[in-house]
Amino acid sequence: MPKRLFQTLAIVIVAVTMLGASNPDARYDKLGHKLVCQCGCNQILLDCNHVGCPVSPVMIAELHAQIASALPDAGVLNFFIGKYGPIVLSAPIRGGFDDVAWIVPFAVLILATFGVALLIRFWKRRNDRLIPAGPAIPPAPTGNSLQDRIRRDTDYDNWSQK
Amino acid sequence: MSHPMPSFGSFSLILALALSVYTLCAGTLALWAIAKGRTLAISSEHLRETARRAGIASFIALSCAAFALVWASFTNDYSVAYILHHTNRALESKYKFSALWSGQEGSLLLWAWLLSAYGFVLRLRHKVDVTLSAYASTILAAIQIFFLLLLNIAAPPFSIAPGPLARDGFGLNPLLQYAEMIIHPPMLYLGYVGFSVPFAFALGALMMRYPGEKWIHITRKWTMVTWLFLTCGICLGMHWAYAVLGWGGYWGWDPVENASFLPWLTATAFLHSVMMQEKRGMMKIWNVWLIFITFLLTILGTLLTRSGIVSSVHAFAQSSIGSWFTTFMVLIFVVCLFTFFYQYDHLKSENKLESLVSRESSFLFNNLILLVACFAVLFGTLFPVLSEFYNGTKVTMGPDYFNPVMVPIGLFLLFLTGVGPLLPWRSTSLRAIRRNFILPSIAILVTAIVLMIAGVRPWTDDEAGGGIYALVCFALSAGVITAITSEFLRGAGVVRTQSGKNLFLASILLVRRNTRRYGGYLIHFGIVVMFIGLAGSAFKQSKELEMAFGDTLQIGSLRIVCQSYSQDSNANFDTDYAILDVYNGNKKITRLTPEKRFYTASQTPLTVVAIHSTLARDLYTVFMGRNPETDRPIIKVFLNPLVNWIWIGVFIVILGTAVALRPPLLPAARRPEAAVDASAGSAHA
Repeated sequence: MPKRLFQTLAIVIVAVTMLGASNPDARYDKLGHKLVCQCGCNQILLDCNHVGCPVSPVMIAELHAQIASALPDAGVLNFFIGKYGPIVLSAPIRGGFDDVAWIVPFAVLILATFGVALLIRFWKRRNDRLIPAGPAIPPAPTGNSLQDRIRRDTDYDNWSQK
Repeated sequence: MSHPMPSFGSFSLILALALSVYTLCAGTLALWAIAKGRTLAISSEHLRETARRAGIASFIALSCAAFALVWASFTNDYSVAYILHHTNRALESKYKFSALWSGQEGSLLLWAWLLSAYGFVLRLRHKVDVTLSAYASTILAAIQIFFLLLLNIAAPPFSIAPGPLARDGFGLNPLLQYAEMIIHPPMLYLGYVGFSVPFAFALGALMMRYPGEKWIHITRKWTMVTWLFLTCGICLGMHWAYAVLGWGGYWGWDPVENASFLPWLTATAFLHSVMMQEKRGMMKIWNVWLIFITFLLTILGTLLTRSGIVSSVHAFAQSSIGSWFTTFMVLIFVVCLFTFFYQYDHLKSENKLESLVSRESSFLFNNLILLVACFAVLFGTLFPVLSEFYNGTKVTMGPDYFNPVMVPIGLFLLFLTGVGPLLPWRSTSLRAIRRNFILPSIAILVTAIVLMIAGVRPWTDDEAGGGIYALVCFALSAGVITAITSEFLRGAGVVRTQSGKNLFLASILLVRRNTRRYGGYLIHFGIVVMFIGLAGSAFKQSKELEMAFGDTLQIGSLRIVCQSYSQDSNANFDTDYAILDVYNGNKKITRLTPEKRFYTASQTPLTVVAIHSTLARDLYTVFMGRNPETDRPIIKVFLNPLVNWIWIGVFIVILGTAVALRPPLLPAARRPEAAVDASAGSAHA
């Protein structure tokens, strides 16, 4: 039953996501934000607002023409890559070495998380070896009863419940 | 032809270099003699003192050089090439002042001057710990020598323009002719340069095998103030990009922006992990390397943006000083590495944890996320270079790359911002977890449900990713705010019970008693508010239209009516502007006049956007120019939700840092003890 529920949910999400994808204005906006103006300003094509920019009007006209020619998104982007080179894309999405850009940060995140978890475990074991189990020693009082009570009541040093 | 002021400036720079070399040599010799117990021809203490005074004098010499450049700017001295290329007669006075940092040479002079100013304060306050301050002062002098060599050899700000004296200058880049640009670069540089001080203290403490953790107490304020400057500098840059560049956004992941973000991330990690060293004596090696890396990243950022290694919309992109920075960075790294291995046994600490779920663990994960974020930004910034090396083709790394990578990491960090303060030091119990986490968890769930009922249903959009992240961000923010508030109220409640004061006064007393802790909470709160503002960008709308008189444009619930177009001109620029009336329903709410300027001296156009801000949204209008075929003006309009919360968050962060920097109010019983601590500190010196 839960499996069928998940399948239905997945189909609904995909269907909803696909709806409206063929809207030309939405495609223009979406693809225009995947391209970089080649005038040297380094800005997203639809955000380039230089007066008299010689490049962005041409590229925008090309984008309109490609969308009108009923090419799929990948085809439109390939047209621009063919004409201006891969630098025209605002992110590396061509596969191959480009994938490294997407994989490495998350791989580092996962490996580092694993590493920190291991380190915490190692430090915990070291502590357990050094200090035999027994009642925890409360932290030294600060000499200020008010501050000590705040520390206690806010679990600041967490010794009250032991 | 004589050039008295440029000559004075050049002489001041040479003098500053000579004084800095003396500070380094005399300081090194004196400290070596003191450390080894050797006797010199003059007393080591006296030699050390002369080095300190030479360092102070170098600040005066550099101030004279900076003054000479500003003077040349105000007196339109176009015999100086720098002034010729960055100012003109019609330039407003305030921008003539900011011309000091508008070009390569001037900004390097500002860097060197700020470094000498930091050194000046450090050398004046040397009594806090005379020996450690002497080490730090000597290290700062070494850094200063590098910048002074650059200024005297590679990028001299007072070089004379060839040919006959020009009657007018080429003008300041129009993008820099904006009020915020007067404070943004100095603020950013105060942040960048400021990290030299904790770096110098850390390296000095390691070199002299400084006993205990007092050096951390000494550098804490320096680090926090520097961190605050960098935060303000980055946020002012965001606001400048938003208000000037006219693309409707505030952060474009440009290499220069990334370069400022990298040291901010590692410095934030340092400010957190240093607490582990203070409270538990843990992570000594980690902390030393964090501050080393932070300083190296400030240099790397400068190298990246001034060497032309990566392309950027900012100035200075192509210059020959990259090799100087590379050499300097390698040299610094080698010194750090050598000192680290040489003094390794001094940094050994008994790292141990009593529980897997504790404040210590949360700090470790916080450091992990900040460092991974730093790595991801650095990797993304350098990936075009790697791609060119491997594939032979350069790629662009824009928001389409950085947003999907950085947003999940940012949300993880937001989650930890809420979790960390709720976990006690050492260990926690199930009861404590239940008690501390129940309210934030309820807040997260309720917020998510309320937002979905209110219409935030990103799965119905074509581009669902941003909306889902925004929903998660809002829900997590609610959880973190609840966690911070409940922690605060719990503490205030205790104070109220004990002191009999009302909740407001009890809250103030609580904060004053532990400024560092509650200042920290306030900073976290400010960061959460900023996250809320950033998440609003997921719901951004934009429209572009050729508008004739009387034409209307509908965006969201707002209707924009074009009333008129006009032109104006002054000595500095010509301008084209539109007059737009904004209606909500039938009620006129404001009139906006977006402009397109053309600066005559530099022959450069500039967009001046017009913004109507409320707490809920910004209406952002841009005069894009005229359609060359129809000559009709093109207006682009953005509806940017929640942007103001970013700037409000920044103010809260500033306030929180100010609170955290204040010394806590000590009860009468502890004051003599504190006085003893303070005197012990100076006795050690």
